[in-house]
Amino acid sequence: MNETDTPVAPSTRSESSVASSADSKTSNLQARELSGAQLLIELLERQGISHIAGVPGGANLPIYDALSASNIRHVLARHEQGAGFIAQGMARVTGEAQVCFASSGPGATNLVTAVADAMLDSIPLVAITGQVPQAMIGTDAFQEIDTFGLMLPITKHNWLVRSAQELIEVIPKAFELALSGRPGPVSIDIPKDVQNEIISVEALPPPGTRLPDPAVVSEEVDELLARITAAKQPVLMIGGGIVYAGATQTLRQFAEQLDLPAVQTFMGLGVLPADHKQSLGMLGMHGAPFTNLVLEECDLLVGLGVRFDDRATGKVAAFCPNAEFIHVDIDRSEIGKVLEPVLSITADVGDVLRMAVERLQPATRPEWQSRVQHLKREHPLQLDGHNDLFRPYGAIKAVASMLDERANVTTDVGQHQMWVAQAYPMVRPRQWISSGGLGTMGFGLPAAIGMALAQPDRKCICFSGDGSLMMNLQEFATAAEHNLDLKVIILNNNHLGLVRQQQTLFYRKNLSAVEFEQRTNFPMAAASMGVKGVDLSECEDPHEALRQALEEHGPCLINIPISETEMVFPMVAPGGANKDMITGAPA
Amino acid sequence: MKVTDPAILKLTVNNHPGVLSHVAGLFARRAYNLEGVMVRPVPGGPPHRSRMWLLVNEEDRLQQLIRQTEKLVDVISVEQHPMEGSVFESTQQYFT
Repeated sequence: MNETDTPVAPSTRSESSVASSADSKTSNLQARELSGAQLLIELLERQGISHIAGVPGGANLPIYDALSASNIRHVLARHEQGAGFIAQGMARVTGEAQVCFASSGPGATNLVTAVADAMLDSIPLVAITGQVPQAMIGTDAFQEIDTFGLMLPITKHNWLVRSAQELIEVIPKAFELALSGRPGPVSIDIPKDVQNEIISVEALPPPGTRLPDPAVVSEEVDELLARITAAKQPVLMIGGGIVYAGATQTLRQFAEQLDLPAVQTFMGLGVLPADHKQSLGMLGMHGAPFTNLVLEECDLLVGLGVRFDDRATGKVAAFCPNAEFIHVDIDRSEIGKVLEPVLSITADVGDVLRMAVERLQPATRPEWQSRVQHLKREHPLQLDGHNDLFRPYGAIKAVASMLDERANVTTDVGQHQMWVAQAYPMVRPRQWISSGGLGTMGFGLPAAIGMALAQPDRKCICFSGDGSLMMNLQEFATAAEHNLDLKVIILNNNHLGLVRQQQTLFYRKNLSAVEFEQRTNFPMAAASMGVKGVDLSECEDPHEALRQALEEHGPCLINIPISETEMVFPMVAPGGANKDMITGAPA
Repeated sequence: MKVTDPAILKLTVNNHPGVLSHVAGLFARRAYNLEGVMVRPVPGGPPHRSRMWLLVNEEDRLQQLIRQTEKLVDVISVEQHPMEGSVFESTQQYFT
């Protein structure tokens, strides 16, 4: 698998393809004998899939047999969860649906976390699992588990395929569903006898693509503009929906021309650069003080591609206490789920904004903006220790200063994730990917592998913590195998830092099960899997060592020890109101 | 639990395996109270359809419940229906 890197692009079928050397046009004219597994691989090729991350096993052997004859590059993960997050990493930076493979039983259960993660963050992922032969389903056969039942509540839709013929309908439909409306994961469970079944195949349907979005109702856009014009202190709330709709430029135009301050959710970071005139940064549990204080005063909040997650709103009853809400989202079931808007628009947020930009009368809001600037000056985000490489913000700022805007950034989950969300200068959509909804520790390294596979010309940076990194550490071997240009920067406090922080703040400093008594030597662990490890605390010139590690090509682990007493501030207590921010450690 | 003000939903769904799982799974996942289910194939087709009757006890979240149910791929339509003339009215005698 040590091939040179190639960007993700629609693959051409190889001459030795299992499906015959005929191209897809002529293949439609004559019947061919194909196994279910061969048919599956051909349908995936037709979808333009160039990489598949997975792990083979007993119940998907026929699929792997067929895959070996394809041009699709297989990425052999060391754990199925790694495979799921590698596919997610590719999907998150490209916006295209990506595929992961696992076998039955433990293969499928290991995949579950990555699929659930894709569901919560609306990521187009197609998870394909092998299953025991149909005749053995229900007999508690070796490695048999109810994969259909497991995947059901964590996918947009899922299938247990009962014949090879069904694949012809199911595979394009799976991609169509994953990409259409609000994107998300789908899963397909294929019994081994279906993989082996030989059928005669004539025409194949066109690949599944995103369905056209529902038409925008013109009057609703007029009302949106009228309500914004009538408001005295309006604020935009920008979410991942803007990223997924490819509507960043339109959003910027909209906010600039109407002079609207905008807060971003965790998933919306990058839509507005932090230094953009209208940007108020990230809101919510770890948002800047001024961001949450502006929301206390706003009289109209316009949610664009957001789902009013509890980490963003805090206590809902106290969220934007003086405001009416407008909600634009493509998922109708999000409207009214958390709060009742005075106006809702169920449509693609990009379509809505394009229509709005065409119609709007440019305006300025000197009074409101001056109040916003005042709050910004009086209640700024404090990046304590931002000049010290061995403190969280300092480490993040140092890394950012050595990279350009082309670098992709991901994280694991915990304190480091929030520090990066607060301090890293994200300037473009899909530059930033992170596990937002599910908050999966172990996301970062395999996601970075996916980013680097999809965009090998970009530096792929993963900030991690010692707790998270251990949860999918094995994927360093995968990164080394593909010689990917990814850098894992570990802010190492040898603790579960965010749990320690909560115990410190909310559980009487009763530190319970948060320290790792056995320290891990991460540079050595990385080296054991063929990845260079650098410990900045052991370098004579740590800045220069960091620069060198970031600049040279190839996977690298960079260990930066930090104190376990570091905390993420501000912090809103879970369930608390956003105005009640804790801004410093208790005495 | 006493059914105070149950709502009755009449669903048209695709008649293939897994449909009931998807509906029941949604209700379990979102903790909606499901008091009764009756489902049978509708004669004719293709397309092959089933009629699914649901008795739900979710006054406050009914609209949200309907929107979530409508999102299911195999659900063709969701209608509210009065108790009068519903399958639950005519089958009371079997649930005593």
